[in-house]
Amino acid sequence: MGTSRRSLLAGASAAVAVAPLSRARAQGTTIRLGVLSDMSGPYRDATGPGSTVMTQAAAAEFGARGFTVEVIQADHQNRPDVGANIARQWFDQGVDAILDVPTSSVAFAVNTIAREKNKVFLNSGAASSDLTGSQCSPNTVHWTYDTWMLAKGTGAAIVRTGGDTWFFVTADYAFGHALQRDTTRFVEAAGGRVLGAARYPFPATTDFSAFVVQAQASRAKVLGMANASTDTVNTIKAAREFGLHRNMKFAALLMGLVDVHALGLETGQGLLLTESFYWDLNDRTRALTTRVRRANQDRPPAMVQAGCYGAALHYLKAVADMGVAAAKADGRAAVARMKAMPTDDDAFGPGRIREDGRKLHPVFLFEVKAPSESRGAWDYYKVAATTPGEEAFRPLAEGGCSLVRS
Amino acid sequence: MASETTAGAIAPVTRDESGIWGFSSAQLAALGVLLIFLGVAPFFLYPVFLMKLLCFALFACAFNLLIGYVGLLSFGHAAYFGMGGYIAGYTAKAYGFTPELAVLTGAAVAGVQGWVFGWIAIRRQGIYFAMITLAMAQMIYFVCVQAPFTGGEDGIQAIPRGALFGSVSMASDMSMYWFVAGIFLAGFLMIHRIIHSPYGQVLKAIRENEPRATSLGYRTDDYKLVAFILSATLAGVAGGVKSLVFGIATLTDVHWSMSGEVVLMTLVGGLGTVFGPVVGAAVIVTMQNYLAEMGAWVTVIQGAIFVTVVLAFRRGIVGEIAHLFRVKL
Repeated sequence: MGTSRRSLLAGASAAVAVAPLSRARAQGTTIRLGVLSDMSGPYRDATGPGSTVMTQAAAAEFGARGFTVEVIQADHQNRPDVGANIARQWFDQGVDAILDVPTSSVAFAVNTIAREKNKVFLNSGAASSDLTGSQCSPNTVHWTYDTWMLAKGTGAAIVRTGGDTWFFVTADYAFGHALQRDTTRFVEAAGGRVLGAARYPFPATTDFSAFVVQAQASRAKVLGMANASTDTVNTIKAAREFGLHRNMKFAALLMGLVDVHALGLETGQGLLLTESFYWDLNDRTRALTTRVRRANQDRPPAMVQAGCYGAALHYLKAVADMGVAAAKADGRAAVARMKAMPTDDDAFGPGRIREDGRKLHPVFLFEVKAPSESRGAWDYYKVAATTPGEEAFRPLAEGGCSLVRS
Repeated sequence: MASETTAGAIAPVTRDESGIWGFSSAQLAALGVLLIFLGVAPFFLYPVFLMKLLCFALFACAFNLLIGYVGLLSFGHAAYFGMGGYIAGYTAKAYGFTPELAVLTGAAVAGVQGWVFGWIAIRRQGIYFAMITLAMAQMIYFVCVQAPFTGGEDGIQAIPRGALFGSVSMASDMSMYWFVAGIFLAGFLMIHRIIHSPYGQVLKAIRENEPRATSLGYRTDDYKLVAFILSATLAGVAGGVKSLVFGIATLTDVHWSMSGEVVLMTLVGGLGTVFGPVVGAAVIVTMQNYLAEMGAWVTVIQGAIFVTVVLAFRRGIVGEIAHLFRVKL
């Protein structure tokens, strides 16, 4: 019943957050940001209410510069039709930009609607690199991460450190396939080999022992996990129980701070993963964490939540730069202005947005600390490798985005 | 036709053959209210919400044709609804079909599917019938998860609404609304006509007492199969329209919980009443829309309503009203 209680809380806060919408509709000088996220499902902790907190933090940091900023939130339940419904309704009722939207299927739906209604879509939570590739849109910025970057960050880096034979445990649906395919490309490009893959039915698989045993029998040096959230956590637990950690490295292709927290350092130590933000990277990220920690249920922001902060702040700067009325009237122009201005925020440092909508910033390969190395709560990562922003993401020409003139 | 008189002899179900086009006076009044609502509502309510409501109302009416008038509980109607949506969406997107053509193609595929599944399922009764339809629907679900054309869990995205007959643009919500309202009304009247035709009389006879209908010389399996195909086709129409309205066709619509939802809508509105499914769909869709912020609690509330209806108002909302005023609705 934990879920129900949590969603009740989320629901209560959502109801409160939605309430001011109708009252403030008449004022033209309000910028409305809608955080559309998973408030009750598997991605709640990595995105969800924390994304709203970070968006509000951006609004607070931006301050009053001639217009007010209103932040509302809703739960898309990871269902594209629900998400599309809310997005359509929000845009029709005066929301200027939608943020976050984890789960690629929902993100694609919102992407289309934002373009149709000429509004702004600042995606932080979705993984698919198609958002700035075949599905790219002049109304969309993809801020935080994508599958291409994860595959390169983890795949290529591990081969370089000697992990040149791989075995995948893959969630048997489009996301899992894409992650495996992309990672395979980087592994092979770096001189590694893929010895095999075990696909498991998604969802509804909780016992990973059969797949883990196949991985063990393959004698590969690296176990690649092409899945996400609880599935990854369960795969790692099963793999440790079968002793795979003694002669294999575990590569989680999509894993975040929250998952490591759920897994615990004892089980998770030595795990390699790729993220573009960690709260304890430098003075600026630590300062940001101190500012928001209390509002964020005493947790440091996760990567996607930090992405909402960065994206919202940069959007507000662009709005101030071009004038509220113009930004509200034309989402495409607002995104064009965002691309023209260099970005700088406490979470990701200086960077820029490419013409296909891809935000560029450095990407880090982290290794999960052993319990003995951790000095306190949430002290989980050490940096294993850093890739500069211009190299970390898919080259502009390879995405197949129609906005890019060759 | 001779069958008309024989069917009339079976059960006192033919007494409602009065009024215009088989509508009783109470039904005419209700139809008037419905028509006024359809004409006025888009100026006050959000049109996309209304279109969603009408899609589900048509879906529930199609389902009601089977459970309310033949007494067959199909627990796999999402398969036809969802497949109608996928096919309509795919043809509109990949081949540039106009909306009416896309919906018709979706409906045709759903109808063929209903033919095959119905042919297998009607051989059994009661719980076995329900389980066979559920099993078939689950097969369709897993096909949709893996088949390349459905886009797996991403669904078919960015389905264009296109232009009606290639000339009238459906891009604005209002023009789309009139298109959806037209289809809904056509489907609704068609179901009403089917129920009140001689064929419909035989269906009701089968519902009341199948062995007796058989003993009178009706090949009941044939009647049931045709009803199944009609119901599946209309569910496909509803699904196809829904995917065009939202520009998206996803696994949600083929998932078994959708099959459950349509049962709920029909029961809440009133089983075997013409207007019941419309009211039931309106209640459930409105609830889902306005309580969406409550997340998982929507399901809990739906469950509570279901239990209440089953325990206290077994005839459903419309059924209870009809009973109270002793009219047919």
